[in-house]
Parts: sequence; structure tokens; C-alpha cells
Amino acid sequence: MSIFDMTRRNLMALTAAALVSSATAQAAKAEETIKVGVLHSLSGTMAISETTLKDVMLMLVEEQNKKGGLLGKKLEAVVVDPASNWPLFAEKARELISQHKVSAVFGAWTSVSRKSVLPVFKELNNILFYPVQYEGEESERNVFYTGAAPNQQAIPAVDYLAKEEKVERWVLAGTDYVYPRTTNKILEAYLKSKGVKAEDIMISYTPFGHSDWQTIVADIKKFGSAGKKTAVVSTINGDANVPFYKELANQGVKATDIPVVAFSVGEEELAGIDTKPLVGHLAAWNYFQSVDTPENKAFIEKWKAYTKNPKRVSNDPMEAHVIGFNMWVKAVEKAGTTDPDKVIDAIVGIKVPNLTGGVSEMLPNHHITKPVLIGEIRADGQFDTVWQTDDLVAGDAWSKHLEGSKDLVADWQTLKCGNYNTVTKKCGS
Amino acid sequence: MIVLRKFLRAFLLLLGMASAALAGPYEEALPRFTSDSYADTDAAIGAVAASGNPLAVDVIEALRDGRLLVGSGQVFIRRASGDLINAATGQAWGNPAGELKPVRLNNRVRRAIEAALGSLTLLNPDAAKRLEAARAVFRSRDEAALPALEKAIAQESHVPVRNALETARAAILLSKQDAPPTQKLTAVQTLRDRSDQEALALLSNLPAHAPPEVVAAAGKAADGIRARLAFWQAFQNVWYGISLGSVLLLAAIGLAITFGTMSVINMAHGEMVMLGAYTTFMVQELIRSYFPGLFGASLLIALPLAFLVAGSVGVLLERTVIRFLYGRPLETLLATWGISLILQQGVRTIFGPTNREVGTPAWMSGALDVGAMSLTYNRIAIVVFAFSVFAILLLVLRYTSLGLYVRAVTQNRRMAGSMGIRTSRVDALAFGLGSGVAGIAGVALSQIDNVSPNLGQGYIIDSFMVVVFGGVGNLWGTLVGAMTLGIANKLLEPYAGAVLGKIALLIAIIVFIQRRPRGLFALKGRVVEA
Repeated sequence: MSIFDMTRRNLMALTAAALVSSATAQAAKAEETIKVGVLHSLSGTMAISETTLKDVMLMLVEEQNKKGGLLGKKLEAVVVDPASNWPLFAEKARELISQHKVSAVFGAWTSVSRKSVLPVFKELNNILFYPVQYEGEESERNVFYTGAAPNQQAIPAVDYLAKEEKVERWVLAGTDYVYPRTTNKILEAYLKSKGVKAEDIMISYTPFGHSDWQTIVADIKKFGSAGKKTAVVSTINGDANVPFYKELANQGVKATDIPVVAFSVGEEELAGIDTKPLVGHLAAWNYFQSVDTPENKAFIEKWKAYTKNPKRVSNDPMEAHVIGFNMWVKAVEKAGTTDPDKVIDAIVGIKVPNLTGGVSEMLPNHHITKPVLIGEIRADGQFDTVWQTDDLVAGDAWSKHLEGSKDLVADWQTLKCGNYNTVTKKCGS
Repeated sequence: MIVLRKFLRAFLLLLGMASAALAGPYEEALPRFTSDSYADTDAAIGAVAASGNPLAVDVIEALRDGRLLVGSGQVFIRRASGDLINAATGQAWGNPAGELKPVRLNNRVRRAIEAALGSLTLLNPDAAKRLEAARAVFRSRDEAALPALEKAIAQESHVPVRNALETARAAILLSKQDAPPTQKLTAVQTLRDRSDQEALALLSNLPAHAPPEVVAAAGKAADGIRARLAFWQAFQNVWYGISLGSVLLLAAIGLAITFGTMSVINMAHGEMVMLGAYTTFMVQELIRSYFPGLFGASLLIALPLAFLVAGSVGVLLERTVIRFLYGRPLETLLATWGISLILQQGVRTIFGPTNREVGTPAWMSGALDVGAMSLTYNRIAIVVFAFSVFAILLLVLRYTSLGLYVRAVTQNRRMAGSMGIRTSRVDALAFGLGSGVAGIAGVALSQIDNVSPNLGQGYIIDSFMVVVFGGVGNLWGTLVGAMTLGIANKLLEPYAGAVLGKIALLIAIIVFIQRRPRGLFALKGRVVEA
């Protein structure tokens, strides 16, 4: 083992030396561009989701440069590959900030990758835009959360099912990690506060990449035949979804009997399944490719032209990056500098149009306002929006439905605190 | 919901009578499809279904299939041939003015469609449609369908349809307030004979107005059904276990040759499975574009190709890398692990990181009901396939000259060499055989799992577990190992949950390997190298 360590250390030292020398050589040139870091896995398990986001970032940077860049300088995207390896996310984040001197980083997907880069962004005082729906219960000065918090996705979805589909029995099915566990905890508390009895809630967790769903789907069928309308709320992640939906179709679970509403299934995930047997199952997001607005149409056209693939789909986290990038550009223009401290102060209150026809705003808790859309799966692998909120919903960093977090607020503008306790009047809970 | 719909229907009927001279309820209802509101569409379906208009079934079926179009306040049906007809008059419509949009559906509307079509198609000449209709009425429990149901039962001659009709009638009678208790008791009897999950749900959720003797009879019937279901549940779990075991067997059996008989720790084994799955994808793509008629046979066509692709990659691997590393297990492990990463990233670069869609041929969709068990056809196919592959491999090793050479080299390499067997050639072929078998496993796994660059990773650990547990160097051990692990996993899962079940199984295997390091079926005697 020690030999391996030695070689690895030597290698790293060599690489670092090489990078430093090339960095000094380019120092003069670096003055002319503003660098933007892209921290998404291009290999390993998460490449399936994250590669697309890297492409979106490259497209946005190119587009901004066509408009004349930012503050009179050209933008330059620096792409690194953290390879779906959580500790490597932290190393790569450090590399982006210390060596490449980026002004902001757009990246991370899983909650664990976000948690692993947090200390780096705090220590080196830089900015991270995180584009994925997540479990909430967090607000950091250096992070901007452009994906949905639970109250912008999970809670409205459950409300829709209870109201429109008259659901009385709930299956909360998820992959066994932090996002589904926290989301299900919030949902369970919320459902119980609405008068749902404990015996009408079934919670089931499965390991990452679970592929044999026979027993669980049969259990869901059994749970759903108790005479009350039943629905499945799915926080099943990534790869496990395809076999799950295939098994649902095989066992004949139809959306008209037991609808499944998913929080991690978008256009990209559906691209790998025959969706005809799944028509009517639901997903809750803040954006669908099928949304009929001029902004979205223009974006999809640009996206297809940029990727040179007329079949390429768009999805929710992509929209989050579009919003996040535009907010950052506006904030830098407002501040007149890319200095992270100034940008962090300037960005709160910035408003940019989203792709669904509204205007999203960056809030003092570093989350944004978004509409909530419920879509039903169509036979062509797209979603048909069947319901949406009248107004934009403000993201809550701390859930109102959990003990211990309902008294907390995050406000980086006046309170300068991410977890201010309104009862004890202290920062740091 | 149902009450509201009935109320609306009555209301529309009244409305219809008032203006009967001008237009019937059917014509009154049609414009409601144009308002782009799910509630209106729902109400319109009920009114159209109750109108008795000969076009009603056409309209509702067109709505279900997305062929009901609206534009400039009028409703049109698009025929399968592409012709448009005006839904109000039934006449052909040449050039519509303005853009036509299909009426949008959601689950609520789909349920209304199902219920409406159910009561309208009870007398359809097609028995399959009648069966579907009877099931739809069973689910909707619409009291208004009762007269139509009685009529259908009186003239039904097909036994399965008649049974379905009778259960539907029983379901309605049980929830109907003014049905006489004797009828309700007969309904309980009918549902008890049906004896499945849905019947149990009905019997254990009687409405509050049910008379006491009916409640007592239903309680007894429900207990009987519960006992029967619990009995069948055990078989169902064993079946799930066998089907999981077959998947494990398929994934591990190639490894049983390369690891079991050649002692090569091949970490790239999972990637051979993945190559097989991608070959299936390629074959289906070609068939979709050039020979759409052959789609049903696409998997059979993919089998030999997947064997060839994965097998030749295996031979190449053996010739270029692994043959230099025989007898050095640690280096083999690291080298093949590197190769597995290279193959994954290669596939990712060529096909993209996202999942690829592999279709399921029609003959593999659906389920077979045996007692209270439901066996899905694709699982049956995989179980049969896994056992066939096992049998063929066993025969190849037992009765072909290649099999003889492989066994000879496995048992004593130097002796076999002295007898004139070209051991290096046998190594390459055996490795190719193991990899090829992994490739055809990929064809089967493409039916139940993601076809993505990560496909193989999910199976590599399980495969090694099966081979080590079953006993290295023995195909029968692999079979027993795969089935034991599959069934144990599925029997544990309902009690311990998927996560804990897997942990418990891993601990059990660790303990077992401590007691018997050579697995279930250990090779004995001189064969075992020290």
C-alpha cells in the first residue's frame, strides 16, 4: 500500500508542478479573461446526468461571449472531471479556485458531492451554483441553490395528488441516501399534519442501483388494493428508475390505478425507456421541455443547434443553470467586479426571466423563486403539464414541517446568517 | 366523484330534453371538449356516453387515443386512415379552418374514459373487448351500468367474460344502498370465489349501510381469501427468488469459466455483459430502421452477435494482456480493472452517457396468472433462458473436444501440455467462451435493467459472490449458489427490507466462507492445487 501512496504522491507533485509552471506562463493571458469553473462528472456513475450540464455551461459561456463577454472581457470555461468520486469533487474544486483562479463555479449533482465541496468554497471564499433539486436544511454564504427546495417540488406534488387524484394512502419509495431520507421525513410529517394515519403510509428504501423490483412492486400493488386510492411518491435515484418503471409496466400497475409521482425522473431519464406503458405517471419539476413559451422555444432551438443533435432533450437542472448563470452575469455587472464578496452581496434581489414564462428572483436565503409544475408522462417520453402553481414559489432553506428546523431562517442580507433561530434569537441554531 | 357525475348526467339529460327539438344531449355535450378544462372534458364524457348516440363510442375511443381534435369551437375525429370527420354530424370534413389540437388527457379523464367505454362496450362482438369492458365496470362500480350488465350477463356465452361480468355485478351490488340483502349475500359468494386481492379489498371495505348478516358473511369470506393469499405468497416469493437467481446465474456463469476453471480474476467481466446489451441495442436500431417486421425476433438475432462481439473482445483481451499475467492474481486484478474502466469510458464516448432504449418484443410483455401468483412473461423467459444456457454450457464442457481440453488444462496444466494440448490456445478459447456467455447474458439483462455504460458494474460483485459461494471450478456449484442467493434474498426482503436483507445475506456469506473457504461444492483430491 505504501508504495502506491508514494507513487501517487509523486505523481500529484509532478502534475501540480506542471500546472503551476503552465499557469505562470499563461499569467499574462489570464488577465484578459474571466474564468468560470464547471465541476460536473464526465465519467463514472453520475456522468449520465452531469455531462449534459457541462454542455449547457459551455453553450451559455459561448453565447455570453458572442454578446461581447462580461465587463469588457471574454469568459472562459474551465472544465474539470471529478469522475463521480466525492472526495475528488473537493480536490477538483480546490484546483479550480486556487490554480485556475475561477470567479465562480457551476457544478455538483448529488448532495454528498455538494457537502464534500462546501468546506473548500468556505475556506477559499468562492461561489458555487448548485442546479439540482435537493433536500433543503442548508444555507451557506458561498452557495446559491438554483434547484428546487422540498417546498418547491415535494409538498406541492403531494397536495396535487391529494386534491386532484383524491389519494388517501401513500407509498414513499426512495433510494437509501440523504436526499430521499430527508424528503420523506418532511413528507411524512406533512402528511401526518394533514390527518393521514400512520398505517396509510408505507416507506421503503432500496440500495443505489437496485435492479430487482419484483417484491417491492408487488408490495405496492398489495398496499394499493386496500380500498383507498393509493399513490407512490418516488425519490428513487438515477439508474434504479429504469428497472423500477419496467417492472411497474410488467406487473400492470397503471397510472389510473396507482399513479407514481417522481422527483428525480426527467426527460433525460425517460430517454432510456419505452414510455407507452407509463403514460399518466407523474413528475414534479420546475421546468419541462414541453412548456410552451417563447423563451423555452428559443432555448431548445439554440440547444439543439449547439449540440448538433435534433433529438437532444432539455430538463430541469439545465434550466437551473441557465437561471443561475444569468443571475451571476447580472450580479457581476451590477457589482462591476467578479470579486466573490461583492458578487455575493450584489446577487440577492437580482431577477432574471426563467424559461417557463416567469421571472425568478434570488432570495436572501440564497434560494430562488420558481413555479412548480406537475406533468404526466406522454407516450413520446415528454411531459404534459397538468397543473402548475399560479405564482412563483419562494424556496425555503429550512422546512416548516420538521422539528428543529421550523424555527430557523436563513438571511444573508440583513442577518448575515444561514441558520438564525427565531426563538432563541441566535445565529447557529 | 361518481355522485357528481351522475348528477351532472341527470342535469344534462334535463337540459337535453328541454332543447330536444334543437339538439340532443350529445350535441349539447360536444362543445365542452373545446374548453381545455379537465373537469369539462370529464363531464362531457359522461354526457356523451349517456346520450346513446351511435357516434358516442367513436368519440370516446378517439379521445382515449389522442385522435379527438378541437379547433374553432368544433370537434373532429381523426380516423386511423387520417381522414377527419365532424364529431357532431359524422360527416367527412375536408379542410379544417385553423389549427386543430388534440383534447388533452389526465388520469382523471382517463378513468372517466375507461368507465364510459366499459358500460358502452359490454356487448361488443369482440370477446377481448368485452372482457376489458367488464373489468372497467368492476373498477368504476358505476350503478348506472347495472341494467346493461344484467343484459350482457343474460346473453354472454364466453365463460371468462361471464365470470368477469358477474364479479362486476357483485361489486356494484355490494356498494349499492338499496340492493336486497339476499342479492348482497350472493355477491359476497361470487367475490369469495374470485378470491384475489381486489375481491379482498371490496369485502373488507363494506359501506356503512351494509346489513349485519352481509357484514358477517363478508368478514368470513375475507378471512378465507387472506389465508389463501398468504399461502400463495410463499410460492410467489420463491418464484421471485428463482427469477433473481436466474439473473445472477446468467451474470455469473461466464465468470464461473474464466475465474472458476482458469483462476483469472476478471474485473472486466461486467463490461462483457454490457457489450452484449449494447449489441442488442445496435441490432434493434438496425431492425427498426431497415426490417421493422423482424422486431419480435430481435433478441434471438442479437444472441449470436452478442456472443461473437463479447467473445472476440475476450479473446483479444486474453491474447494481449491476460496471458502475460497468469499466476499473478494481483496484477491480473488491477489490469482487468483498468480494462473495465477503459471499456466503460469507450462506450460512453461512442454511445453517450445516457441510457439507451432497448424495446421488449410483444411476446415478452404481460403476465401469466397461476392461482394467486402472477408470473410476468419476461421473467419466465429469463428463467428458461438461464437454464438453457447452463445446460448448453454443461454439455459443451462434457462432450466437445474443447470442453475436454479445458477440463484437462484446469486439472493439470503441465500434464495436459505434455499430452500435446496447446494450452495457450485452450486458454484463449476458454476465455473467449466465458466472455461470450457474458455477452448473451447482456442480451437478457437489457430487458430488465438500464442499458448504460455502468450496466456491468452492478453485477460484478454479485457474480464473484455466486462463484465463490458455489465453489470455484464447478458449474453445478454456480447454479446452486445463484439459486440459493436469489431465493434467500427474496425470502428475506419482505421482512427485512431491501437494504437490510442484502446486508444480512452478505454477513451470512462471510460466515459461510469462514467455515468452508472453498464454497459449497469444493473440488477434492489431487485436482486441488496446493
